[in-house]
Amino acid sequence: MSGGARLENANPLIFQRTGERLQTANDEDEDVADPIDDREIFDLIRSINDPEHPLSLEELNVVEQVRVRVDDQENTVGVEFTPTIPHCSMATLIGLSIKVKLLRSLPERFKIDVHITPGTHASEDAVNKQLADKERVAAALENSQLLEVVNQCLISNARTG
Amino acid sequence: MMAADSALLLGLVEEFVLGQQDRKAVDTATELKAGQFTILQLVEALGLHLTSSQPQTRGRGVQLLSNVLQECYGDLTEREVKVLIVFYENRLKDHYVITPHVIQGLKALTKCSVLPPGSAVSILKSLFQDIHVQSLMLAERSCVYNILIQLMESRESELKGLGADFVFGFVQSVDGERDPRNLLLAFHIARKIVHEGYDLGKFTEELFEVTSCYFPIDFSPPANDPHGITQEELVLALRVVLTGTPRFAEFLLPLIIEKLDSDVQSAKLDSLQTLTACASVYEHKDLAQFLPGLWASLRREVFQTASERVESAGLAAVGTLTACLSRSVLNSDSEDSLNVFLELVLKDCQHHLCEPDLKLVWPSAKLLQATSTASYRASHRVAAAVLPSLIEQYNSRTQCAQRRTLLEVLQGFVHPVTSSEEDESVLLDFRQSLCSIVFSALSESNADLQITSMRLLTALGQQTGLLLESDVELAVDHLTRLILEEGDPKVSLAVVECAGALARLHPAAFISKMVPRLKEEIFSEPMAQGDSATPSREHSQQAVRQRCVAALAAVSSRPSLVQESTPVLLQVLTSAHTGTGAFSLEEVISVCHSLQKIAEQAQDTEETGGVFHDVIPRLLGLALQAALQGSSGHCSPILEETVLSAMVPIISTTCARLQSRLAGQTASLAVSLFLDGDVSFLPENAFPTQIQLLKVRFQCWSQSQMVCLLMGCVCWLPRTVEVPQMDRLLLELEELSCTCDHPLSYTSAAKCYAGLVNKSPAGEVLDSLIDRTLKRISTELDSASSPVRTQAFTLLLWVSKALLLRYHPLSTALTDKLFSLLSDPELGWLAADGFSLLMSDSPDVLNRGSHADVRIMYRQRFFTENSAKLVEGFNAAVQEKKSGYLKALSHIVNNLPRQVQLTELPALLPLLLEALSCPDQGVQVSTLSCLQPVLLDPPSALITQLEVLVGRTLALTTSPTMKVRIASLRCIHALSRFPEHEIMPFRARVLRALAAPLDDHKRVVRSEAAVARNEWFLLGSPGGR
Repeated sequence: MSGGARLENANPLIFQRTGERLQTANDEDEDVADPIDDREIFDLIRSINDPEHPLSLEELNVVEQVRVRVDDQENTVGVEFTPTIPHCSMATLIGLSIKVKLLRSLPERFKIDVHITPGTHASEDAVNKQLADKERVAAALENSQLLEVVNQCLISNARTG
Repeated sequence: MMAADSALLLGLVEEFVLGQQDRKAVDTATELKAGQFTILQLVEALGLHLTSSQPQTRGRGVQLLSNVLQECYGDLTEREVKVLIVFYENRLKDHYVITPHVIQGLKALTKCSVLPPGSAVSILKSLFQDIHVQSLMLAERSCVYNILIQLMESRESELKGLGADFVFGFVQSVDGERDPRNLLLAFHIARKIVHEGYDLGKFTEELFEVTSCYFPIDFSPPANDPHGITQEELVLALRVVLTGTPRFAEFLLPLIIEKLDSDVQSAKLDSLQTLTACASVYEHKDLAQFLPGLWASLRREVFQTASERVESAGLAAVGTLTACLSRSVLNSDSEDSLNVFLELVLKDCQHHLCEPDLKLVWPSAKLLQATSTASYRASHRVAAAVLPSLIEQYNSRTQCAQRRTLLEVLQGFVHPVTSSEEDESVLLDFRQSLCSIVFSALSESNADLQITSMRLLTALGQQTGLLLESDVELAVDHLTRLILEEGDPKVSLAVVECAGALARLHPAAFISKMVPRLKEEIFSEPMAQGDSATPSREHSQQAVRQRCVAALAAVSSRPSLVQESTPVLLQVLTSAHTGTGAFSLEEVISVCHSLQKIAEQAQDTEETGGVFHDVIPRLLGLALQAALQGSSGHCSPILEETVLSAMVPIISTTCARLQSRLAGQTASLAVSLFLDGDVSFLPENAFPTQIQLLKVRFQCWSQSQMVCLLMGCVCWLPRTVEVPQMDRLLLELEELSCTCDHPLSYTSAAKCYAGLVNKSPAGEVLDSLIDRTLKRISTELDSASSPVRTQAFTLLLWVSKALLLRYHPLSTALTDKLFSLLSDPELGWLAADGFSLLMSDSPDVLNRGSHADVRIMYRQRFFTENSAKLVEGFNAAVQEKKSGYLKALSHIVNNLPRQVQLTELPALLPLLLEALSCPDQGVQVSTLSCLQPVLLDPPSALITQLEVLVGRTLALTTSPTMKVRIASLRCIHALSRFPEHEIMPFRARVLRALAAPLDDHKRVVRSEAAVARNEWFLLGSPGGR
């Protein structure tokens, strides 16, 4: 976050970025309906910036495509994210960023569930509870300092577009 | 001096000094140049004022003298200059209000070619002694720097005689300078001092201090800066000074190490680039004591950075440092600093290559590779230390991902080592292990491993001596197997690339092993007929054949290979024509593409051109056989328009590259075939004698459509080649294009006609030809009942293009005709689309590749001459005809260079906004795609129209056409970058409207909508924009 503060995890493992999704002939066919799939949701969240590092959540392996589940018929989206270390104090903030990004990018019909990959964080339940509580999420976004940090994570940088 | 002149002079002086009339200085200079009086007489006349008790009056007197000197320093004699210098040097001691004028005068005097010996030194001594430069105003400081520059140019040896005093004087004058314009001058002087061998004496450190205090430069020019000085300019000017001499090394290197710690990225970058620059002039002894410090900083930058620019600058610095250390000649007593440095690098990096989780393997590998590419010695040392453990690890690891990483790292070590010819490759010792790794990885089933190993194989193949003949043969076997067995498109692409690269170096193995095997596969009978030949199997067999065909094209770069591969491909065409092989239409077309690719690759050698030249008669012969057979019996695929169109580029690519002798021969054979039915040069000659390919006969399109092959041939020849029987050819083409009712035939005839007209020499013959054609076209077009209006229009369009491209004066008559057709009830829509053809490049004729006469600015020129006509036509047209004009306009504007679009936009904006609500989707797409780049840098004219722009663009996000939805969403995205206060009022409305396309049934639309909507959310929100 701020430049001077000490990083919790100063030397994280860096993962390769996935390439752009390959375009198929169906993608260009006007008459074929493309269902919303896991990769599409993953593409929305993989470029979110980490609050601490100048890296994306994908590069830090915080989000992975296998941990994204979408059901276009049932209008549900589930995302599990994995904090880089079990005591990461940024976990709520990361979850909030993912949630906000999806709220802004998906049709209203979807119910969006964002939670921590089971067993990867010390206060997993508390964080999940906060993220699932609609009113608390709304209240958090009323807080302009918090909103500022979330927006910083969501600003698209030149590398990932 | 005569009395009258004396009065004149005194008058001028009075008026300037006491009357404060500045322009009298110019008059005085004019009179002096005219010889009315001399400069010394002027000094005499100024006498009283120069000794006045008022400093202002004395100043005014000196000012007049200095102003006059600036005009006429060239006319002075050496004696006069001598006197004036003494005078001016004295004035430096006078009151401060006079100083600026004194400096101006001295500056003028230093420009004199007759400056007496010794005076340069005396001027500088006086300046350094009597003036405190930094208390002067900006302009005077600049004057002092200019005096220094002037004297350094003209009196270099005298200044060097001053010794270190000169440097000291400069250091004192510049110390504390803050203006960027003056800094550029000061850096210029410092650069000359450093580079041109001035004696720094004991002031080396002072000179370094007074310049390095600006490092790293942080300068952002004020808005609307009229001087146009950029940070980049200052950075480069300073860098040349700092890196100019090894004597600065002991000061500069610690400074760089310190500045690399900075948090500011530009400071890091500047430091790294400065280090790279100085390492290329330093010697090892300058660097030796700082190596540990430098390495620690560089390692940190590469290991921990998130910025690719910093990383690559860091790697470049490591490379240059290594190169510098490798260059140095060693004394018997000095230690080898290259070894010292490499030990440091290896100590910190080597172990990361063997850590179990391979964390930090990439930064370490890049650092090691940067050192090993820098010199032969370094590559030897690094390879010996690193390769054995990498090879051993590859062999012991089991996870594919890790083995792939190791292969990629290995490739990095193989690829860039470019040793000079005498040195044998440093990898020779590891040849066998590397080859066996490659071959074992090629046999794996993992696609990533296969791909990476092929890259490594390609890299090995590029170096002499690393692949033995037996290795190449084994590699070809592997590649052939992958072509036949691997369906993964990524693998196929890698195989084709690798085979192409290796075939260039080792054609023999490909000729003996790969080509025969692929040929066998291509012509293998389909698997047992009946129920086993399920559609999917048939499909997979087709896919294999496609890969074989693509591979044949890829390896055909050497003439010897071309000679083997083209007959195979031609044989496919023949057997498809006769129906003996079961080749699908797509396969035939892909064979044509492969032949085209071979023709393109063959450009470099004359020999290949010769080999390939025979292909043209073969293709013409095949097409003619198919055409004569007509629709009787087996229907040859060669008759299909798609196949013929794929054959055209094979012929045209070949013709465009033919040497002039062969080209002339080809032209005359083709023309005699088409005009006279001369078939003697065609292979397997069993054709009837009465062939008239260009004559229109009922139901005979199978022959007339062959004119597209004629176009590919005669329109692509170099311009020096003369096409025989030109007049007759043009006449028959015109006839065919105006009377035939088969679209491919008449369009190709029109194109062929246009291609020839474009290259015809200017003159009366051409003019009368165009006149005749235009008359004929007009007659057809003007008669509403004519059955061939479309044909006449097609010819008009192509001839217009041919003439427009070469700036022919008659082109206006033709394009005006096109404009008038915009309101034609039948052809209006075609005419509007025709402007797209007119303004864009055509792939098959009238382009630069075909040696056509194309002037670079023809689009702008056409636009400037015709935009007013379009706007007028639009305004005058009845409502339902207006969209044709909008369509034409959007085609024209869309093809203009962006710079022209920007300048023309304000005038066209009303029309473009109008076009957004035009119901035609083609117009919508092309208008949106023309607006989008303009929106990225919006002109003020757009801002006043925001309401309309936003409204109409949002409406298009729900268009039934996907392209319109995508283009409009991109525009909405671009709009989010407008000045915040202008677009904030639209935020809520845009966010609401973009909710709908988030649920679009097309994914591409959804993702554009999501990107745009997120940008608009950030607008005006804390932490956003």
